[in-house]
Amino acid sequence: MAVESIGSPQHAKIAPWNDPVIRGWVFQAVVVGLVGFLAWFLVTNTVENLARQKIASGYAYLSHEAGFEIGDSMISYSPANTYARAILVGMLNTLKVAGLGIIFATILGTLIGVGRLSPNWLLAKICEGYVEAFRNVPLLLWLFLFYKMISEAFPGPRQALNVLNALFLSNRGLYFPVPAADPIHPWMGLGLLAGIAGAVVLHRWGKQRQAATGKPFPSIWAGAALIVGLPILIWLAGGAPHHMSWPELKGFNFVGGTVIQPEFTALLLGLVLYTSAFIAEIVRSGILALNKGQSEAAAALGLSRAQAMRLVLLPQALRLIVPPMTSQYLNITKNSSLAIAIGYPDLVASVNVTINQTGQAIENVLIIMVAYLSVSLSISAFMNWYNKRIALRER
Amino acid sequence: MFKKFIGAGTVAAALLGAAGTAHAGKDLDAVKARGQLICGVSTGVAGFSQADSQGKWTGLDVDVCRAVAAAIFGDAEKVKYVPLTAQQRFTAIQSGEVDLLSRNTTWTLQRDTALGLDFTSISYYDGQGFMVPKKLGVKSAKELNGATVCVQPGTTTELNLADYFRANKMTFKPVVIEKVEEVRSAFFAGRCDVYTTDASGLYSTRAANVPAPATADDFVVLPEIISKEPLGPAVRHGDQQFADIVRWSFFAMLETEENDITSKNVDEMLKSENPSIKRILGVTPGIGKALGVDEKWVYNIVKQVGNYGESFERNVGMGSTLKIARGLNALWSKGGLQYAPPIR
Repeated sequence: MAVESIGSPQHAKIAPWNDPVIRGWVFQAVVVGLVGFLAWFLVTNTVENLARQKIASGYAYLSHEAGFEIGDSMISYSPANTYARAILVGMLNTLKVAGLGIIFATILGTLIGVGRLSPNWLLAKICEGYVEAFRNVPLLLWLFLFYKMISEAFPGPRQALNVLNALFLSNRGLYFPVPAADPIHPWMGLGLLAGIAGAVVLHRWGKQRQAATGKPFPSIWAGAALIVGLPILIWLAGGAPHHMSWPELKGFNFVGGTVIQPEFTALLLGLVLYTSAFIAEIVRSGILALNKGQSEAAAALGLSRAQAMRLVLLPQALRLIVPPMTSQYLNITKNSSLAIAIGYPDLVASVNVTINQTGQAIENVLIIMVAYLSVSLSISAFMNWYNKRIALRER
Repeated sequence: MFKKFIGAGTVAAALLGAAGTAHAGKDLDAVKARGQLICGVSTGVAGFSQADSQGKWTGLDVDVCRAVAAAIFGDAEKVKYVPLTAQQRFTAIQSGEVDLLSRNTTWTLQRDTALGLDFTSISYYDGQGFMVPKKLGVKSAKELNGATVCVQPGTTTELNLADYFRANKMTFKPVVIEKVEEVRSAFFAGRCDVYTTDASGLYSTRAANVPAPATADDFVVLPEIISKEPLGPAVRHGDQQFADIVRWSFFAMLETEENDITSKNVDEMLKSENPSIKRILGVTPGIGKALGVDEKWVYNIVKQVGNYGESFERNVGMGSTLKIARGLNALWSKGGLQYAPPIR
């Protein structure tokens, strides 16, 4: 509008088809119209063709009984449940492997990236070799390798490697005892959350005090004590129930306890090792991009190398690291769909079976796309928020 | 995953491409114009569809494709084979990527209706079974409670398995891997106690895929057959004439076996005085015209592919490594279920 009012005296003289403002609007309207028409054409044509070929359409099938079993589920599931629940089970499995993958890949990648800059020649070369090995081989091959290693190298359940009759390692996975279900567990979970919240508050207070008085406060240790201590206190207050569910060999497999399955292990291992190689390079480039004066100044202040890294270099490098890191997190999430190759029941696996049983490829592929899109956009939104928070505030 | 998206993309694209041109005969016209039949087969099931080191496909399912090509073109070699996983197959046939799906696919109501397919005949009567390592000492499928089971996704097998265990109040843990080669290798590595698929597939795996030093004798197929699996070729809805040719090409293989016409004696049979044989082989014209193909179509099928019995013995029967007995797949006149309507 502002542009128009400034330029209006001149515009009055030229014809509307020569007016750049009007022309701009017309071109944009044409483009939008074309895209809209194309979308309309695609949708109506597809619907019409599906109807003509008598292929079912719509989402009614979601409430039908799924009828297939899923090997690994975080929520209770049986073949009598609906397709919608089967897809939810797959979605949760995807989130589980992607979430853990992001955490471990970040930790490992940062260590490797810092390691590559170490003055210790051996450590630097090992880290370099790691990066080159993992990022130059396709992830799918790593997944196959890890999966084959687990299923071929470990013994069957009857010959499982036995550690103190508690841990059993076989090609069916790692079985270990867990506390038997007890009403105290949800309360301990609440205690954990309260501990985390308390630790955050304590950390802020400690920082403020250090800024005001110069006295450092060991907020990391105090926070850790809070996070671990609160649930333990609740557990003790609840009479310390210590009944455990132990894995036992019964028939074909172990019963009781809990298990980390080989498919999950292979997928998580593959995602973490592969992505951490990229993250290592991002961390390294972030640190190297800093002015050399920063590390020299830190050294001049008498900080040790580790202190300089933790207090001076990494916080500044973080600003350069976060944006490319977002892409890596998105990659982990999307690459987790390679699970199908080694049989981990992720979202794509659940939906693929659904496609095959219902024949409704278009509807189901839309579900996958919307699911990945929402996860990816959530990660992006969070990372953008975090990036803004740590951005350098210039005055 | 990308393959899946591309697969779905092709569906969408092909559905769009087909817009406005749908009329009876379009699939047949397309095949004729191309000069080649595109046949969807498995990625490798010995005896049914498998490529050798020269890339030449053989098997019972492959012979159905060859018979259709022989009927349409008079040349059984005019087939292009597209290997499909269990997951890709329906998308491929729906989208028109293949003309004919001949890939040990079970005929079910859902697939015949909601998936928009037409199953034309049953080329192999099968049923789902279980295979276990002999050293487990399992004698019956009823003893499988708690077992870990290797299975391919997107199959009727996966559903039958869940149904069977539910019906018998047993539990199991599935290990579901898309590619049949990977499922087998997981089973042979001991990741699962049980491998389940159609009994024919179990015999095929046992005969051809057991990794050394183990041998076929280290594995047993349990006696229980837990389902009906009528396997047959399928086409898309919409081109009845093409469906008829596929249907009758297979029936021709049965009909010739019933009349003792084989690839060896077919030339002599041309001189037969039997009116039924004269009609089948096109010596008395009429049948080919009714179907819209060359009058010599049955002659071409038998000469180049063989009758059903020949194909069966060569690919999965006693003449092969699978050594499957005819059983349900014997002709109706010999105590089996294979029965073709009369060619007249």
